[in-house]
Amino acid sequence: MKLAGKISVLAALIGALGLTAPVAQAAWEPTKTVEFVVPAGTGGGADQMARLIDGIIKKNNLMKQPLVVVNKGGGAGAEGFLDVKNAKGDPHKIIITLSNLFTTPMATGVPFNWKDLTPVEMMALDQFVLWVNADKPYKTAKEYVDAVRAAGPNKFKMGGTGSKQEDQIITVAIEKQAKIKMTYIPFKGGGDVAVQLVGDHIDSSVNNPIEAVAQWRGGKLRPLCVFDKTRMPYKAKVTETMSWNDIPPCKDSGLNVEYLMLRGIFMPAGVTAEQTKYYVDLLEKVRATPEWKDYLEKGALNTTTMKGEEYRTWVAKEETRHQQLMREAGFLAGGK
Amino acid sequence: MDEINSLMHGFAVALTPFNLMLMMIGVVLGVIIGVLPGLGGANGVAILLPLTFSMSPTSGIIMLSCIYWGALFGGAITSILFNIPGEPWSVATTFDGFPLAQKGRAGAALTAAFTSSFFGALVAVLLITFLSPMVARFALKFGGPEFFAVYLLTFCAFIGMSKGNPMKTLAAMMLGFAFAAVGMDGVSGTLRMTFGTEVLIKGFDFLIAVIGLFGIGEILQTLEEGLEFKGIQAKIDKRVVLDTWKELPKYWVTSLRSAAVGCFMGIVPGGATPASFMSYGIAQRMSKNGSKFGSDDDPQIEGVVAPETAAHAAGTSALLPMMTLGVPGSPTAAVLLGALLIWGLQPGPLLFVEQKDFVWGLIASMYLGNIAGLIVVLTCVPFFAAILRIPFSIIAPVVLVICAIGAYTVHNSLFDVYMMVLFGVIGYVFKKLDYPLAPLVLAIVLGDRAEESFRQAMLASQGDMRILFSNGLVGGLTSVALLLLFWPLLALGLKKLRGGGKGKPATSGA
Repeated sequence: MKLAGKISVLAALIGALGLTAPVAQAAWEPTKTVEFVVPAGTGGGADQMARLIDGIIKKNNLMKQPLVVVNKGGGAGAEGFLDVKNAKGDPHKIIITLSNLFTTPMATGVPFNWKDLTPVEMMALDQFVLWVNADKPYKTAKEYVDAVRAAGPNKFKMGGTGSKQEDQIITVAIEKQAKIKMTYIPFKGGGDVAVQLVGDHIDSSVNNPIEAVAQWRGGKLRPLCVFDKTRMPYKAKVTETMSWNDIPPCKDSGLNVEYLMLRGIFMPAGVTAEQTKYYVDLLEKVRATPEWKDYLEKGALNTTTMKGEEYRTWVAKEETRHQQLMREAGFLAGGK
Repeated sequence: MDEINSLMHGFAVALTPFNLMLMMIGVVLGVIIGVLPGLGGANGVAILLPLTFSMSPTSGIIMLSCIYWGALFGGAITSILFNIPGEPWSVATTFDGFPLAQKGRAGAALTAAFTSSFFGALVAVLLITFLSPMVARFALKFGGPEFFAVYLLTFCAFIGMSKGNPMKTLAAMMLGFAFAAVGMDGVSGTLRMTFGTEVLIKGFDFLIAVIGLFGIGEILQTLEEGLEFKGIQAKIDKRVVLDTWKELPKYWVTSLRSAAVGCFMGIVPGGATPASFMSYGIAQRMSKNGSKFGSDDDPQIEGVVAPETAAHAAGTSALLPMMTLGVPGSPTAAVLLGALLIWGLQPGPLLFVEQKDFVWGLIASMYLGNIAGLIVVLTCVPFFAAILRIPFSIIAPVVLVICAIGAYTVHNSLFDVYMMVLFGVIGYVFKKLDYPLAPLVLAIVLGDRAEESFRQAMLASQGDMRILFSNGLVGGLTSVALLLLFWPLLALGLKKLRGGGKGKPATSGA
């Protein structure tokens, strides 16, 4: 009873502060539970990042109101995006996005667009690496591409996550660049793809670093190149002989394909600048924690971050790029 | 024995008072999560995951995995008492568990379910302790064609179970496939059968269908039979646990077979749900009391033992591919996998080498957590069974509310609650017209996975069906599946060949 008494006194104090605070500085804060939507299933990259953010916020008491992570991954994420689109003006909802922000509406015709959301902050960009089974003789991307070409069309199998999404976009881009043809086989998750590659059921993958790193360290997979302009900055040894930094960019092997995936936070449309600012500040605090930095290194993520107008411009440019990539690959809904 | 030493070290890690406390909390939370339909082990673990970030990874995984064990135990409770599977892998438990409870043997059914679960888990943990490197290599052999063969085997093992019209079984199954196909087509990346609506994009969730078909359907039917103001005359006997234990050793063959099926499906990883269905189907064929499985007049304890042993064995062994390969064998394992990554641990071939404390602590907690779970649930058996003495007119609204909350929780969507009611009506109509529900449910849960792996196989082989016989493993699985499918016909043929035409051959349900 004593404890309860203390809590009620405390509550009264907080209440009193709450009453006077708006007069003092009027900064917006959530007044109820905030829903953190993940437009993907449990266990994937976006889900992991959302739950890490949730964990960091809880551990460091960065938010007064609770945050709840909700998975709405149906229809390649359309379920989650529509949910946030329909929550126009609701400042108690945020969503983490991946490339399906662009690819899902384009491939399925489901009516939503990033303009139905308010960009908050880009947390990081995820890399893509070309992987092959370590028992195979290919040491460079060029050797691999030559082998695919020599075998003839559709003889080599590229595995990837989902259909008409980032992995297949990259596959099509490789095919166009190198003038080769592979059979693309879609799987549910990146971990499945990595294991299918270890088991030699497919010939290559474009897994994100975190999806394949365990098998790389176990000596089962070999990275050939990274689909970025430059090498990854992480120089700590991951295997006995190699670091992420030792993987060359694909364009050095004559495979001029670049692709990075957005890991960013959005809010529904129609929220105030003040409300957006609250989440920007919150996420800045998250990014300053050692846990977050550790996660970036483990997943070899590209540490680019953006917010505000810069982020908005980047998203708009990225949409145009995806429009073009999807059109070239013939992935647009209704064959447009 | 290296493993024994490591395991003892693991026990030393796990057996701290703090960890034991976490274990108990985890198991109790897990049972609650398992009881609430819709919440599910995966969601439960995901919700509680952030709580564990301030703990050491070993304590964290002990608590989270105990939630998982608890959920595996808890799923059986509502299946047996109310015909509402708390978890997808408990669907097969309803077939005999619920009729048993209706006959006043809820205590026996619950005890059988819990004990079998424990036995299944124990076999799986022993497997993990002593055979993990070998087993991990086996799982690598599974690609698209192999997975399809496993699903085919599940369907074929199960298809002969309906005692009714085979055409009705087929119709129910096809309807299930149609439901499973709604929403995103993962292979082509396009939407299908959504009719331009937004609500159908996410497809029909298996849990919502099951809550409706079984839970709501059952309530509708009971309502029609007239409102009962008396509960079931369930004798509450404190000795029910011991009495059931005396009976259980009779089913040792079924238990061992089910544990083997479960371990196989968990490692592959096919998952606990198909494991429970497959095990039930096989038990029905192999048991001499097979024809009584799932009947209202004489339901069999064996019909509870088979799916529960397999489900728990699969659920436990599913952690093995997660740890050694980084592939989750179940949705809950997927969340645990995410937890490992957040703690900075890398699942994969090196986990056993680099993180001995963690791995063996986890394995030791599998033994301890399951023992703790068994004690918790068994002591509650008389209490659970007593719930049935509450008159239906009081309990029905409560069950309805739980069902509705469960359906809502799956996707936080009110539309799902309407869907649940619709499925309830379908379930009622099915029962009235004597269509079997089981094939429908099986097709909804496995339909899209079977389709996906079939199309992966076809993509890989460029449309050549011979890929299903391309190596010993996939060829063997496919052959066994076909053998099981045509077994009734083959048995009939053999009988004719031998010239023993006496009496009517029992083809259905054999």
